Amino acid sequence: MKIAIPLEQKDLNASLCPSFGRAPYFLFYDSDTEEGEFVENSAATTPGGAGIRAAQIITDYDADIVLTPRCGENAAEVLNKADVAIYKSMSGTARENVTAFLAGELALLRDFHSGFHHGR
Amino acid sequence: MADRRDMKVAVLSGKGGTGKTIVSVNLAAVAGTSVYIDCDVEEPNGHLFFKPVISSVEEVAVKIPVIDAAKCNGCRRCVDFCKFNALALIKNRPRVFAKMCHSCGGCMLLCPQKAISEQERTIGVIQRGTAGNVTVCTGELNIGEATGIPIIKRLLQLGAADVRCPVFIDCPPGSACTVMESIKDADYCLLVVEPTLFGIHNFRMVYELVRLFNKRCGVILNKCPAGGNPAEDFCVEHGITILSRIPFDHELGALSSEAKTAVWESERYRRQFALIYETLIQEVCHEAVAYS
Ligand code: SF4
Ligand code: SF4
Repeated sequence: MKIAIPLEQKDLNASLCPSFGRAPYFLFYDSDTEEGEFVENSAATTPGGAGIRAAQIITDYDADIVLTPRCGENAAEVLNKADVAIYKSMSGTARENVTAFLAGELALLRDFHSGFHHGR
Repeated sequence: MADRRDMKVAVLSGKGGTGKTIVSVNLAAVAGTSVYIDCDVEEPNGHLFFKPVISSVEEVAVKIPVIDAAKCNGCRRCVDFCKFNALALIKNRPRVFAKMCHSCGGCMLLCPQKAISEQERTIGVIQRGTAGNVTVCTGELNIGEATGIPIIKRLLQLGAADVRCPVFIDCPPGSACTVMESIKDADYCLLVVEPTLFGIHNFRMVYELVRLFNKRCGVILNKCPAGGNPAEDFCVEHGITILSRIPFDHELGALSSEAKTAVWESERYRRQFALIYETLIQEVCHEAVAYS
C-alpha cells in the first residue's frame, strides 16, 4: 500500500504541510517495501488549481492513501474518483503519522474546503 | 489626446475601502451625461448608490470543453497542456473542472483524437440601466468562478457602445489581471489612495501596474488627516500629480454607508466633486473648461 503525505521538507521527521495543494514535497511511502520517496510538488507554484494538479501527482504515483490535515473540494474529487482514500493526519511528523495510520488510529477526512480561486 | 466628450477614466485603488466607488460614482453623477461601469464583478456595489432603472439584462457565457469518452484514448495531452489545472486524468480519461477553466480553447485544438468539443456555460450576468443622466453598467460573476475577465470585456464593450460621453470605469481592487483588463482602453487612470502606511504598499503596486501599461495617471488622496501624510510624500517623491485631497469627512462617510450619492444629496458635495471633475478634465484632456 502506498501512502502519500504533503510535507514541508524532504525529511521523514518533518511535520506535515498545512496545505495539500501548496505543499513543497510529497512523501510516497510504500508500506510493503517500507521504502519512501520524496517528490517535489510541481503544483505548489501554479497560480490556480493547485489542488487538482497535486491530486493528479498523487494518482500518477499510484498512491492508495493520502494523509493530510486539510484538502480542497477539487482535489478531493480527483482523489475520490481515482479511488484514493483521504485520511485526516494528526500533529507530529510524517513518520509518526504513517505509524498511526498503519495502527488504524486515523480517521477519514470528512470536510473539504472550497477552492481559493485567484483573480482578486 | 483624449476628448472630454468621450474620455475614459479608470478609477483604481490598491485595496478595498479607500473610497474608490464613492469617488467614481460621484464623478459620474456630477459629469452630466456619463457612463458608469462597475468592473468590480466579484463585489459590485456602485449600483447600490445609483439604484438604476434596469433596461437590459444579459448572461455572459464562456466555452468549456466536453470530452467524448468514446473517442478519447487517454493520451493525456490535454491535461498536460492546461495551464489552469482545469483538467485531471482519472482512470485514463480527462475530467473537466469547469470552474477552473479559463476557456483558452487550447485543449480542443490539440486533442489528436478530436474528442473534445465545446459547450457554453454561464458565469455571470450584466445589467444595464439608467439613473438620472448616468448609464449604469454592472457585471456580476457567479460565486466560485475562475475569472471575471469575460464579464469585464463585455461590460467595456457595452459601455463604449453608448453615445459620446465621459466613461468612468470602477475597477476591481488590487492589481490582479482583472484590473489590467479594466484599464486596457482607459485614457487615464485615477488612483484613490488612503493615507495610511498600510495603504502605501498597495498603492505602490497599482501605481507600478499603471506604469507598466503606460497609462497617464493621477491621485486622489482620500480621508486626509490634518497635516502631512505618507501617501502624499510618495506622490511627491515619484512626481505623481495629486488631483485632489478629500479631507476626512464623517458626513460623506455617513451618506455613503446609507448608499446615497453625495452629489445628489447636498450642494456642498456637488461643488466639491464638480471641482474635482474640472481638474480631472484639465488633466486628462489638457484643456481649460468652464464648469459650474
Ligand atoms: S488529448 Fe484528447 S485523446 Fe488525449 S486525453 Fe485529452 S481528450 Fe483524450
Ligand atoms: S479550454 Fe484551456 S483552460 Fe479550459 S480546460 Fe481546455 S486548456 Fe484548460
